[in-house]
Amino acid sequence: MVDLEYLSLNRFQKIGYRFKKFFTNIPKAIVRKAKSVPGFFKKVGQKIASVFGVVVDAMRYGDWKVRLSYLMFGFGNLTNGQVFRGLCLLGYEIVFILYMIFFGGQYIADFGTLGTVETTVSETGFSKVGDNSFNILLFSVATILIILCTAVVWYCSIKQAYTVYQMKQINAKLTSGKDDLKNLGNKYYHATLLSIPTLLLTIFTIVPLIFMIFVAFTNFNNLHMPPKKLFTWVGFENFTTLLTGQGIGTDAAKFSYSFWVVLAWTLVWAFFATFTNFFLGVFVAIMINKKGIRLKKLWRTGLVLTIAVPQFISLLLMNSMLNYNNIDGGGIYNAILQFIGLPAVNWLGDPWMAKVTVIIVNMWIGVPFTVLSATGILLNIPADLYEAAKIDGANPFAMFAKITFPYMTFVLGPSLISTFVGNINNFNVIFLLTGGGPNLDTAMASTSGQTDLLITWLYKMTVNNQQYDIASVIGILVFIVCAAFSLLAYANIGSVKNEEDFR
Amino acid sequence: MNKRYNLGVRDTKNTIARYKRSAADTAIYVILTVMMVLWVFPFVFLLLQSIRGDITGPSYSIWPKDNNFTFQKYIDLFNPEGIKLSDTTQTFHFVNWYVNTLIVAIIVALIQTIIVLMTAYALSRLRFKGRQALMKFMLILGMFPGFLSMIAIYRILQALELSTSIFGLILVYISGSMTGYYVSKGFFDTISHSLDEAAMIDGANKNTIFWKVILPLSKPIVVNTVLNSFIGPWGDFMMSNYLVGRASDTSWTVAVGLQSWISQTNVPYFFTHFCAAGVVISLPIIIAFFFLQRFYVEGVTGGAVKG
Repeated sequence: MVDLEYLSLNRFQKIGYRFKKFFTNIPKAIVRKAKSVPGFFKKVGQKIASVFGVVVDAMRYGDWKVRLSYLMFGFGNLTNGQVFRGLCLLGYEIVFILYMIFFGGQYIADFGTLGTVETTVSETGFSKVGDNSFNILLFSVATILIILCTAVVWYCSIKQAYTVYQMKQINAKLTSGKDDLKNLGNKYYHATLLSIPTLLLTIFTIVPLIFMIFVAFTNFNNLHMPPKKLFTWVGFENFTTLLTGQGIGTDAAKFSYSFWVVLAWTLVWAFFATFTNFFLGVFVAIMINKKGIRLKKLWRTGLVLTIAVPQFISLLLMNSMLNYNNIDGGGIYNAILQFIGLPAVNWLGDPWMAKVTVIIVNMWIGVPFTVLSATGILLNIPADLYEAAKIDGANPFAMFAKITFPYMTFVLGPSLISTFVGNINNFNVIFLLTGGGPNLDTAMASTSGQTDLLITWLYKMTVNNQQYDIASVIGILVFIVCAAFSLLAYANIGSVKNEEDFR
Repeated sequence: MNKRYNLGVRDTKNTIARYKRSAADTAIYVILTVMMVLWVFPFVFLLLQSIRGDITGPSYSIWPKDNNFTFQKYIDLFNPEGIKLSDTTQTFHFVNWYVNTLIVAIIVALIQTIIVLMTAYALSRLRFKGRQALMKFMLILGMFPGFLSMIAIYRILQALELSTSIFGLILVYISGSMTGYYVSKGFFDTISHSLDEAAMIDGANKNTIFWKVILPLSKPIVVNTVLNSFIGPWGDFMMSNYLVGRASDTSWTVAVGLQSWISQTNVPYFFTHFCAAGVVISLPIIIAFFFLQRFYVEGVTGGAVKG
């Protein structure tokens, strides 16, 4: 369809056309992504080839010092006068070997079975300490990461030794240890800045995350709590239990049913929570910023109050205010309803009403955020757009529909996707308000409720029921859902902005 | 001046337009007022409950009987001996919770700000191998539910003997802060590179440029990061409940403590104390917002514009 044809459509046809386009673009975007896959693998392949190239070349053309560097990290640097680098590499190797002998080795040896000897207490009270699957898995993950890191250092050591050897051949000047230290503030400044944050991220986020991904393939739950009862690998059993309901556990069918119910509600919730907030927020921002409206600051401050008060307070308060009982109504909202002669509403106890209530309360929490960001953008809309429209005789509504709203959607569109993903993981609103309840559907697992999101269900399973295996599977599925939506969105935005434009 | 040339017809037209506009304005005022009432009502309610003297549990009325107002609840909160309201309830030490949360939030705000700014600066203004890969990796990492890794983190903290102390909590909060670089990076991206070049000609290295040139120019984003890093732990429930929630009540944070006050068994005795505590906890943030709103908005929109 060419531009002229598009312009000749009426408003609804235009919307329909764009709607259609959105979905017809998805396959195209996927094909585009798929086309880039071979290129990606080619690149990776080249990278690996170049790494091996260096390793082989250094062995073939290097002298005995370079060859000894294969076993003793930094030997080439040490013997050629780069003492500082050589000592660093050698020091790393010594620490690594000591770590493997005294700590890592024993765990990695049991990685295949996750332990075989259970801790038992004999009748005389003498306890025999056995394996602990939990520690074996956790420290194996850490050790595997350290081994991978060592492989990289090993490669660096060879490359360094070989480079030093080549430099010596042409009598080039080598960088001294002093220069290296100086470069930490200049050439290698990124390493200085990022090393500590990355280390923290690795220890407290990456290692635990890989651990939990592994747990999804074990039977680590309340029946297998080490050290008394060991857990072991079960393959994809947890996935089949959750997705199809055919598993060994007694509650397999219930778990599976719960999962689909909760997943459906999570998506419905994320959709409504995102779009109600967006539209109401933009609408309110436009009203507040309309020319001639007074007390702008007052309106804004009133809204900012909900941002400033910590969510656990506002939501716990809301929980108590929305209380319901048959006798006197319950919370203050029901008291007000009864005062003006209406029946009390079971805000959080009735499955359908609870779903509506959480979405409404989420608007109370979320709209101020949209208002704030929308205000900033409204002030940035070029004023000449409106002037031109005024000269052409546009009425305020047309200006809103043709200028303000498209502009807002254009600017805020990308953030809508991250809001959507954020809402999939919106723990606070659901957990503090309803706790995931009510659970009136007997076909559902006892741990889940009818307003549970995947994330709150995961939380309850981990904290209250110790069903780590199923919880991990849910965590992985949450990731897949989030990643799918993000990919879909990025594919449709098309060209991601070019960073270098700013430079 | 123009008025002299206006004919009667134009005048009528203007009047109608003005009338229309004022009608629209009135409608907006009505809508905004209704919204404001709905939005602020819970907080007014909170404030009124915190100073009423006639009850301790949840109430069905807004105003206390016989105008019975008291500040006793606030005095109770800051009683160093703790609060105990009936024979069945345990003693709660609100002062400890408040101090704990304050320590956690202040330390996290400081360290997290430094980490976020360092990461953002490195990713924005330095070019190095693996930069794009690192950014993509953190994007992917952010899509995993953070709580998933809690039991492993708990074990690691146990190994460090920090599992139920607030210092373990601090470690957990700051460990992931690197991934929150996005908004600050967007800000650094917009600062002109000619500044760096000028400084470099004057003999500054990259370290000096970061601390002496770029950071002083980035006040809005620094304030925004500090504010956000403070609010995060100040209002967090999930992590603190899992870690310090297991310890005795003197090492709780306010979120854990207040949740226990609103539980079935405690709410008849502690609801009004909960309200008073809510006021005391919200106050620092409200004051901070009042003064720093400008910076906060900058952060919100900065991220949005950069998409």
